[in-house]
Amino acid sequence: MQIRTVDITKNFVGGSARPVLDGVSLEVGSGELVALLGPSGSGKTTLLRIIAGLEFPDSGSVYFGDEDASQKSVQERRVGFVFQNYALFKNLTVGENIAFGLDVRGRELRPPKAEIRRRTLELLDLVQLSGLEKRRPGQLSGGQRQRVALARALAVEPRVLLLDEPFGALDAKVRRDLRAWLRELHQQTGHTTTFVTHDQDEALELADRVAVLNGGRIEQIGSPDDIYDHPATPFVHGFIGEASALRADLRGGRIFIGGHELALPGKSGRNGSGRLFVRPHDIAIGEAAANGLEAEIVALRRSGATRRAEIAVPFEAGRVEIDAPTSANLRPGEKVPIRFLRGTFFLDGESAAA
Amino acid sequence: MTETIAQWAPETAESVWTRISRSRGRGAATGESPLLAGVLIAVSLIFLALFLILPLAVVFYEAFAKGALAYLAALAEPDAQSAIRLTLLVAAIAVPLNVVFGLAAAWAIAKFRFPAKSFLITLIDLPFSVSPVVAGLIYVLLFGAQGLLGPWLKAHGLEIIFAVPGIVLATIFVTFPFVARELIALMEDQGTSEEEVALSLGASGLATFFRVTLPNVKWALLYGVLLCNARAMGEFGAVSVVSGHIRGLTNTMPLQVEILYNEYNITAAFAVASLLALLALVTLAAKSLLEGRFKDGHSAKTRGH
Amino acid sequence: MKGLSSVSVAIKRNSIIPGFGLTLGYTLVYLSVIVLIPLGALVLRASSLGLSGLWNIATEPRIFAALRTSFSIALAAAAINVLFGGIVAWVLSRYEFPGRRLLDAAVDLPFALPTAVAGISLAAIYAPNGLIGSLIAPLGWQIAYTPLGIGVALVFIGLPFIVRTVQPVIAELEADVEEASATLGATRIQTLWRVVLPALTPALMTGFALAFARGVGEYGSVIFIAGNLPYVSEIAPLLIIVKLEQFDYAGATAIATLMLLASFSILLIINLIQAWNRRRFGQ
Repeated sequence: MQIRTVDITKNFVGGSARPVLDGVSLEVGSGELVALLGPSGSGKTTLLRIIAGLEFPDSGSVYFGDEDASQKSVQERRVGFVFQNYALFKNLTVGENIAFGLDVRGRELRPPKAEIRRRTLELLDLVQLSGLEKRRPGQLSGGQRQRVALARALAVEPRVLLLDEPFGALDAKVRRDLRAWLRELHQQTGHTTTFVTHDQDEALELADRVAVLNGGRIEQIGSPDDIYDHPATPFVHGFIGEASALRADLRGGRIFIGGHELALPGKSGRNGSGRLFVRPHDIAIGEAAANGLEAEIVALRRSGATRRAEIAVPFEAGRVEIDAPTSANLRPGEKVPIRFLRGTFFLDGESAAA
Repeated sequence: MTETIAQWAPETAESVWTRISRSRGRGAATGESPLLAGVLIAVSLIFLALFLILPLAVVFYEAFAKGALAYLAALAEPDAQSAIRLTLLVAAIAVPLNVVFGLAAAWAIAKFRFPAKSFLITLIDLPFSVSPVVAGLIYVLLFGAQGLLGPWLKAHGLEIIFAVPGIVLATIFVTFPFVARELIALMEDQGTSEEEVALSLGASGLATFFRVTLPNVKWALLYGVLLCNARAMGEFGAVSVVSGHIRGLTNTMPLQVEILYNEYNITAAFAVASLLALLALVTLAAKSLLEGRFKDGHSAKTRGH
Repeated sequence: MKGLSSVSVAIKRNSIIPGFGLTLGYTLVYLSVIVLIPLGALVLRASSLGLSGLWNIATEPRIFAALRTSFSIALAAAAINVLFGGIVAWVLSRYEFPGRRLLDAAVDLPFALPTAVAGISLAAIYAPNGLIGSLIAPLGWQIAYTPLGIGVALVFIGLPFIVRTVQPVIAELEADVEEASATLGATRIQTLWRVVLPALTPALMTGFALAFARGVGEYGSVIFIAGNLPYVSEIAPLLIIVKLEQFDYAGATAIATLMLLASFSILLIINLIQAWNRRRFGQ
């Protein structure tokens, strides 16, 4: 089932100047796994809750397939929603939690008791919790609760699956295990799935496509490769992966720092000054950068297998960080040539120009 | 306030209900329907009006039923005057004694670890689960003419039952836990680190208590005193058993209310009652103020009596 | 005393805070003088009656009737308060409407208003010539001076116990649990019944027990409205006073002992409810 939001706008109840969501349109294809990624306050959770019907937009519509779901209540939308803190019913057992959505159906839609039980056991098996049917949520670990919450959401055969920070409350190791497991589960069940996260690794690793939100707007939607390699806006470049920003100029399709032309392609047509975003591993240093910019090493730090160097780029363009092999003989205060292998230039007050 | 009213005017009934049922920090999907919300609010309002507001209003209505002059005359009666004086006297003895006890108990319980502590707390709360009449009875059984110590007291010319000391004792019993439980709860939360710092900086024990501990618990102490005082002045059952109802001598205000009422002197009974009701209102107002001031959470927990 | 001082020494070793011996000593002495010794006098009297003596007194028709009246009406009033107090707690916690804060403060009125004042006021309202009494008199109904009147007084007295026990639990309910129920297709009524109510049940039970315990022992607010007719509307605490006036100390002691036993059992039950609740939810 495809999800489509069209021009969703939502303002704070208090009526603050900036809307929570500002004209957000998003399409999630049938069977696709899409991440809503952004810093806190970007509106990503609100968007997810509006899709679910837990909140209503001030304007805009939500479509499930061809059907306009905007006027439907949360009960009618049949979404599977997994809450950040799982929201399990403490007074019910694991089995009763999973069966809840079937139990509350009207008499004509409710499956027979035996069928409900069969489905419950099947789902317990799917989330690898067989045998824990009689436990109460209080007796489970965080990871187990998470999987019960997922099984409960799947029990109603939802048209779409929505997850709010699904791994936010777990510790690092459980998180990684569950991530791989969720990916597998998605391939198995094929639900159209949208999840909210503030963790870029999670988004890039798990999702088919990632929507980066900032300040109530979608900055960019694309595959993880797109997002990482071709960030569409300065925000995306700064938010995803590590990057340094340098003052630079664009003249006739060429990029300059000070008077020095960089061997990078720039879009022609517009001239002006702006910022060049470069990632640490896209900067060559030393012999590999012959004829490059002469830059000064400011500080050196050991960082895992490599040595991290902080380098002041001339013409007051700013500082970059790069990873150098530990064998490289670098000293603070030394001048070394550097060369940019890749980078993205943004004119001031504009999105991608390179 | 004016803004709220201005917003109210153009709204439809539907939108008013929507705002009512959704305005306490909940998502749009989890409110009751306007109809159900309306029914629940109406039920609450009627129930509270019938059981809380009406009895309070009737006290003042009946007190002034025969005019302000009759009201003032009823309060000027010598018996009423002496009941007021006795009530103030009893509270003036009982409340400070329970404050000293509350401070001592809270200090011992909150600042030290020792065995059977929770049992001690249960014992301190005990008077709350004893019927006021039983509270009066136990003193009669101990100090009364036929009580355990009765003959000895009589031989020494000491009167406790049917006299002021008995009233004071019964009052202390029923108000026993108020100050202590307030202070114990707060001081256990606060721990001992501030006292330890003060002592390590060279303050004496007493200086530590007066300059560190007491300022930290002053609002809770005031809160406990407030509740303790309201109950001390208003206690009826326990005092009724030990007082002997001697007019002008052992009648407190609540007992005076009873006597006047039973004599069908309704206006006078409600006049004295109105003073007690006023005390209750002042107590409630001060309680609300204090709750906003020093606590979130542990005030709203089970308490009362 | 030796035990106490050795405890005191043991504690002094790991605490630099002074005053333990003094404050604990004072606490124990004061507690003994005011509470424990007088209660001991009652227990002593009761034990001289013996179990069979207690039983004989408790089954005297008038005493038995008074105990039955006190317990059954306290039970009924507590049940009424669970329903209405529960609704009041929900409305005060979840809805915003003009006057809400004032009503919230007013819930404590039965704690603050002296019981005798409440008693004469309720009697005046529900008497046949009173504000409400005169409205229902033409229907042939009477509240004051009947067991119904006792019920009215006990509902008044018990209300804050339910509301103040349930309110903090409502405040701590997680919004997302109710939302989860809605996403799973439950109607609002189903959510209230299957998700919210079970979460409030332990608090409602505790409030019920507290209101019941208070109602059994209540005296001041009841006697004015009850009519105090032996075998019909005479409550146990009043009968204690009647017995005392007749110098029947044994009778008074027996009734008091039974009431004490009842309230301690209720205290125990409350603690069990809370322990059971903690275990059940695995916290």
